[in-house]
This record gives sequence, C-alpha cells and structure tokens, in this order.
Amino acid sequence: MLSQNGIKYCRTILHNLLLMGYQKSISVSLLIIIFFLSIPVIPAKSFLVGSNNYFKTIQSVLTAAQDGDTILVEKGVYKENTLIIKKSVKIIGLGFPVLSGENKYEIMKIKSDDVLIRGFLFKDSGINFIYDNAAVKLDSVKNCIIEENIFSNNFFGIYLSRASSCKILNNKLEAFNTKETYSGNGIHLWQCRGMIIKNNKINGHRDGIYFEFVKNSEIEQNQSEANLRYGLHFMFSDSCRYAHNNFTKNGSGVAVMFTKNVDMHNNRFEYNWGGAAFGLLLKDISDSKIYRNQFLKNSCAIYFEGCNRVNTFENNFAENGTAIRLMANSMDNIFARNNFISNSFDVSTNSTRSYNSFEFNYWSEYKGYDLNNDGFGDIPYRPVKLFSIIIEKNRPALILLRSLFVDILNVAENIFPSLTPKTLLDIKPKMRKYL
Amino acid sequence: MKILFKIILYQIHDISRSRWILFYTVFYLILTYGLIQFSNDQSKIILSLLNVALMIIPLVSIIFGTVYLYNNKDYIILILSQPIKRNILYLGLYLGLVIPLVLSFFIGTLIPLVFLSRDILFQIPLLFLFITGLFQTSIFVSVSFLIATWNDNKILGLGLSIFAWLLFSVLYDGLLLLMINVFQNYPLEKALIGFSILNPVDLARILVTLKLDVAALMGYTGAVFQKFFNTNLGTGISIFSLTAWTIIPLIIGKAKFSRKDF
Amino acid sequence: MIKIENLRKRFGWLDALINVSMEIESGSITYLVGPNASGKTTLIKSILGLVKPTNGAIFLDGERLNGNFTYREKIGYMPQIASFPENLTVEEIVNMIKNLRENTKTYDYELIDKFNLQKEFKKRLKNLSGGTRQKVNACIAFLFNPQLLILDEPTAGLDPVSSSLLKDKIIKEHNNGKTIIFTSHILSELEELAEQVVFLLEGQIRFNGTINKLINSTEKQNLERAIASIMTGN
Repeated sequence: MLSQNGIKYCRTILHNLLLMGYQKSISVSLLIIIFFLSIPVIPAKSFLVGSNNYFKTIQSVLTAAQDGDTILVEKGVYKENTLIIKKSVKIIGLGFPVLSGENKYEIMKIKSDDVLIRGFLFKDSGINFIYDNAAVKLDSVKNCIIEENIFSNNFFGIYLSRASSCKILNNKLEAFNTKETYSGNGIHLWQCRGMIIKNNKINGHRDGIYFEFVKNSEIEQNQSEANLRYGLHFMFSDSCRYAHNNFTKNGSGVAVMFTKNVDMHNNRFEYNWGGAAFGLLLKDISDSKIYRNQFLKNSCAIYFEGCNRVNTFENNFAENGTAIRLMANSMDNIFARNNFISNSFDVSTNSTRSYNSFEFNYWSEYKGYDLNNDGFGDIPYRPVKLFSIIIEKNRPALILLRSLFVDILNVAENIFPSLTPKTLLDIKPKMRKYL
Repeated sequence: MKILFKIILYQIHDISRSRWILFYTVFYLILTYGLIQFSNDQSKIILSLLNVALMIIPLVSIIFGTVYLYNNKDYIILILSQPIKRNILYLGLYLGLVIPLVLSFFIGTLIPLVFLSRDILFQIPLLFLFITGLFQTSIFVSVSFLIATWNDNKILGLGLSIFAWLLFSVLYDGLLLLMINVFQNYPLEKALIGFSILNPVDLARILVTLKLDVAALMGYTGAVFQKFFNTNLGTGISIFSLTAWTIIPLIIGKAKFSRKDF
Repeated sequence: MIKIENLRKRFGWLDALINVSMEIESGSITYLVGPNASGKTTLIKSILGLVKPTNGAIFLDGERLNGNFTYREKIGYMPQIASFPENLTVEEIVNMIKNLRENTKTYDYELIDKFNLQKEFKKRLKNLSGGTRQKVNACIAFLFNPQLLILDEPTAGLDPVSSSLLKDKIIKEHNNGKTIIFTSHILSELEELAEQVVFLLEGQIRFNGTINKLINSTEKQNLERAIASIMTGN
C-alpha cells in the first residue's frame, strides 16, 4: 500500500517538477531523494498556477493536487466555471488574482473539510434564484477557513450550509444591487455550529450576515454597512454571541428572531433610519443579554416583540426616534443602568400594563430632583408619553408630531397618568449619565 | 402706491421704536443663543426654533395685531380725515406691522446664528423656517386685523384673537386626533393631508417636519405625506393655502374697513 | 359749500342722526351745538367720510360724497381727541401728514409759530401733555390752508392763552374767506365766534339760523339761555 502510494506520489511530483520548467537538476534530484526518504509520511506540496506556469488553470491543479497540498495562484483573471473543491487543500492568491463568475455561475464550491481560501478577488457570481449562486459555497464541511478575500458584485458572498467549526476572517464583501430581490446575503450560514465570523466588512448585500439554525457561534468585530435589508439577520440560532460589531445605515438594521441565549454586547447600531428601520429588532427572544451597546440615531433603537427575560443593561441610547418599543407580549425583561439621551420617545408601548422593569437608568428628559443626594432622583420617571401610546394604537396620529396640542396632552398625562402604564416607571432614575 | 409706501414707512418707523418689538427681537436673540449653547445638533436647533416659532409667532402676531388696531383708532381717524383712500391705509397698516414683526424674527434668529453657528446658514431647513415665520406672521396679523375691524369691543376682540390662536394651534389638532380615533379603521392619510392643508399652523409644522430627518419617525403616514408634499402639486397647494390664509382675511378685513364707521 | 339732504345714521338700534338737512355756505362760520351724544360728531364725521350714512346724501361743492377721498384735500380737521403714533416725534408727524397731502403747495405755519411748537418738535408724542397734543392737532388742521375747517371741540384742554390764540386764528381765517364749522358742548365758550348756529338734539336739528335770530326769537340775552329755552320747550 505504502509503496504503491509512494510510486504514485513520485510520479506526480516528478511530472510536476519536470513540467515546472528547466529548474536546476540538482535541486530536482535532491527533492527526489528527500521525497523517497519520506515516503511513509505524506508530504504537503505546493503548486503554482499562473499564465506563465505549467498549470494555467486552478481546475487543472485541483485534479492533480492531493489533500494537504497548497495551491498558489498568481495574479490574473481566472474564468473557469464553477471550481469544485473536494480535497483538503489550501488555495492562496498572490496579489489578489481575480476569480470571475462572469455573471453566470457560482465561482467556488467547497465540499471538503480543512480547506483554506485566502487572498482572492471573487467577482460577478451570477444571480440564480434556484441555486442561490454564491462566490464561495461551503456545504457539509468542517474546519474550513475563508480569509482575507475580497468579494465584489456577487449574488451571495460566502454561503455555508451544514458546516461546523469554520472561520470567516478579514474578508471584504461588497455588492451593488439596489433591489432586495436581486441581491443575496454577504455571509450566509444555515445549519452550522461552532463558527467564527470575525473582522469582515460587508457592504451593499441584502443581509450583511445571515444566521439560520446556527449554534454556538461568534460574530465579532465585523462592519456591516448599507445593506439593503438587515445588517445582521439572525434566526433560530441559540447560544450565539455577537460583539464589537458595527451595524450602520442598513435598510432595516439588525433582526434577531426566535432564539434563546444570545449575547449581544459592545456593538454599535447606528443610523438605521427610515420608515421601517430598527437598530435592533427582537422577536421571540428569551434569556438573552444586551449590554454595553451604542444605539445612535436609529428610527427605533430596540423593538421587543414576544421577548422574555432579556436583560438590557449599560447601553447608550442617543438621538433615536424611539429608544425602546416594547410590545405587550414581552415580559420579565429588565432595563437597567442604561443612558437615554435625547430620544424623541424613550419608551413606547401598546399596552396599559407592563411586566417589565426599568431601574437605575439615566433619562435626559428627567426633570426630578435628588434631595438625599444619593445620585438617584427622588420621584419616579415615566418614560412612556401619552402621545406614544396614541401612536401605537393609531399610526396616522403621527402627523400631530410636535403639535402644541400633543405637548399639552403629554404634560397633562404626566401629572395624572390614566392611559400610560402605571407600572412602567423607573423608580430610581439616575441623575447624571453613566460614563 | 406712493402713499402706500409712505404709510408703510411711517408705520415701520413708529413700531420699530416700540418697546414690544424690541422685546420680541431680544426674545429670539436669547432663544437662539440659548439653543446654540445647549445643543450642537443643527437640525435640533432648527427644530426647536420651529417649535417656538409655530407657537409664539401666531400668538404674538394675532394679539399684537388686534391691540395695535384698537390702540391706534384715533390715529386711524386722523389719517382718514386726510385725502387718503381707506384701502390704502388698511394695507399700509397691515404691511407696516407685518414687516417689522418678520424682520424682528429674522434678525433675532440670524444674529446668533451668524456669530456662533455659521454653517447652519446654508441649510435648507433654515430657509424653510424663515418662510414659515414669514407666512405665520402675515397670516395671523391678517386674521387679527379682520377681528379688530369686525368688532369695536376691545375685550371681545382680544378674546376672539386668543380663541382663534387656540383654535389653530391646539383645538384643531385635538379635533383631528378625535377624527383619527373615530375613523381608525379607514385609510385616513389622504383625508389628513386635506385637513392639514386647511390649517396654516399644521401645514407649516408638517412641511418643516418633513424636511427634517424626524420625518422617518412618521412611518407610513410620513411617507404618504412626503410623497404628496414633495410633488410640484403638493408644494403648489401648500403655498396656495398659506397665501389664501393671508389674503382672504385681508380682503374681507379691507372690505369691512372700507365700510366701517369711525 | 356743503349741502346735506335727509341724512340719517343708525348705529344698531340707535338713531344718531334723523333726517338732517342743512346747507353751509361758502365763507360762513357755523357753530354746531348740542349736548353730549346729540349727533354733532357723527355729523362732522359724515362730512369727513369717516361715518357712512344710512340714508340721505352729502354734497361738497356739488360733489356727492360716496366713498371718494380726494375732496378731503379741501378740509382741515381737528378731532376732539388728538391721537398720534406714540413713538414718532412732533416733527415726524407734521412731516408725515405733509407727505400724505403732497398736493398742497403752500403751508400755513402761523399757528405753529404762535404756539411756539418748534421747541417741542423733537419730542416723541407719548411724552407730550394733553394740551400740547391738542396744539399739534390744531396746527395740523390749519397747516394746509384748507377751504373748509372742521374743528371738533377745538379749545377743550387748551390753556387760556393758547385758547385765545386759536380763537384769533379762527377769526382770521374766517376773514380770509374760509368756511368754518366748529362744535362745543360748553355753549358759552365759543359764542363770540359764532355767526350761524345749528342746534342738534337727539339727532335732529332743532334750530338752524344766525345767532341773532336765535336770541331774538327766544327773547333771551345769550346763546346758552336761548338754547336752554328751546330744550325745555319754552
């Protein structure tokens, strides 16, 4: 078995080396000697692909290469139909060679574990609604790494299904479609576990990062900007964590739905501004934590629908339309030690009762006093304005925004609360904002 | 025409020395200065100015206008015993009051902006704020003149003026809210556009709100409004409405004034 | 100069003037007398076009008054209460009215000189006493050399010196051929100036004729008693 393998290897490498050109015979013979000496251990080999080399196409090397080999690809444009990778190889671009899908086909399909793809410019994967064409598609694999690539004008960028323990690092993805339906997701994960998505920049896709049925994964330090729908679209993905990401100017912000045990911290949700935009949309989320995030200038910073036991603390909410929109079916959520600064509405709700608690928050609208000097106001703060209740029931009433009549209503309601939830109040509002 | 200009000039001359107009200017000076000090966000500054403008300008204009006409009755008689046409005098009094009030608003808000926040000057919402101020002043002085010409009872006239202000600024919106509630199962956007065009205060408020980024807060309703008011037709109808609110009370008041006994 | 035909003026339910007909000749001096609220001011204001008649007509030099305004170039009017824009100076007011009556070419500054009003010219009107305002008022009425002078309670509020200065001026202008109408509710006050007397009571003319005729017909020694006898019906 071993010798048979050895002969096979010998032949391949000889063939390879001979055809690599007129290399120095000494080094060739040396290599051959070394090779024969090491037959029992399967060695990793390198291949060079380029227009001046024996291997002019990646496809041809893929046929030749074995598991563990490294394929180096020189600068150039490669249009090779869909590359299907069934071997555990490292494919590394030198100076960002271009892999083009010619606006027709998927560029690369990885069907083997332990594959590494680095340093390519993937572009122009065609739009295909049946096959969800992607620049790189990984199916049922593990331990793959996709790093330091550029993805431009692809339908989907990186598409992973049934993968585990893969890493998507330092990639840059951009797409230019203006219609949601003609645009795919930047980094798309379906039924994966143990993934790490770190330090990618995603711009102009439908959803920047898409998670569905993903477990125990991390999304860190990514920048998801100006995507048509969500910066992050996150569903049925329990026990995941996302931290230190920036979600800016996305069509509808970030959506996290039908999930338990999510950790969301130190992210920035900014400028998600528009009729249907949310900084963070939470639907059916439970036992999760949202902390130390920045919410700046979102139409609605966080929208809670059917959420239970979500702990929201130490976040900054500044200059949002509505900081927290809390639907009646959300219970036992805690909002503590947050800063609410200059939001048009701090909290709005569609219910006259509330089973959530607000405590120790700083509210810039708070006009109370602190006689005992403990740093907390002596009278409770009611963050829900009457007008926000009216709007929840009746959206068209929004045309009365900033009417004197509405101001009078709010003041009256503040003095004699009748429609705003009596229990929704911060008993100990902080006098100065948390730094 | 020449006489009209002369009357306007003398009115401006007279009013510009009045203490009230000085207070009014200083009020805007302090307000704008304060807003700039407390907020760095330019659209917030304009928004706050707008809020105040939409409340204060109609109130001051309508009360100032009513009192002005009542207090100057003998002076009006003096002028009317000269060879002067009544229409001309009415217009002269009107413009002679509107111009100083508008200038006072412009100067009061512009001076702090010029010195402290110069880059705000070239923003379109600011232009909108000024157009709003101009229209609100001319509309409410026009209404106040009508009220003061219509009846000679000073107390009644002042009461009516304050009521008119309440009606435009507060009660109308209350009625709108009531209507929105009663008909909440119907698509109301178009009707609301219609109703907001009818009230100059609402119209101005909505126009400026739509120009600022808070418009996004207004969701679907805001989008429908934006779509309407951004068309030429929408702009045309808005300007028509504001102009009509200026001119119609003025014409009726002028007719009343021409037939009035002094 | 003035012809009034069946003039009637109602204010609501109240008749201020009832079928007033009279003529005032050019160059005459007419004393319009009557108690308070007898219709004197309404009649004057009707002539000035300040009050619109309910019925009847007024002709001035043959021209019917009907909302026209140019005829007022011929009139100098001194209202009962002098009110001016508070914040203008006397000089500015005088200049303003001059400016508004730009068709007048020659001005009559005599009264201004006599009252010595120049020293008040730089003061704002709100700082002036009632008497001084009344002087300004009088000066404006005479300033434009009008053919017709209408003076409503001209001496009310004036000090005796100014009052006699004004009377002298009235007589002088009468001698210059001006038509003059003046009123007073204190009958004796301007008796010396009167030639024609029109006595109004409750909106109706009770007497219209020369002062001598009035005194003779009632056989009383002065105007006040003559009028009193008409009022009581003796």
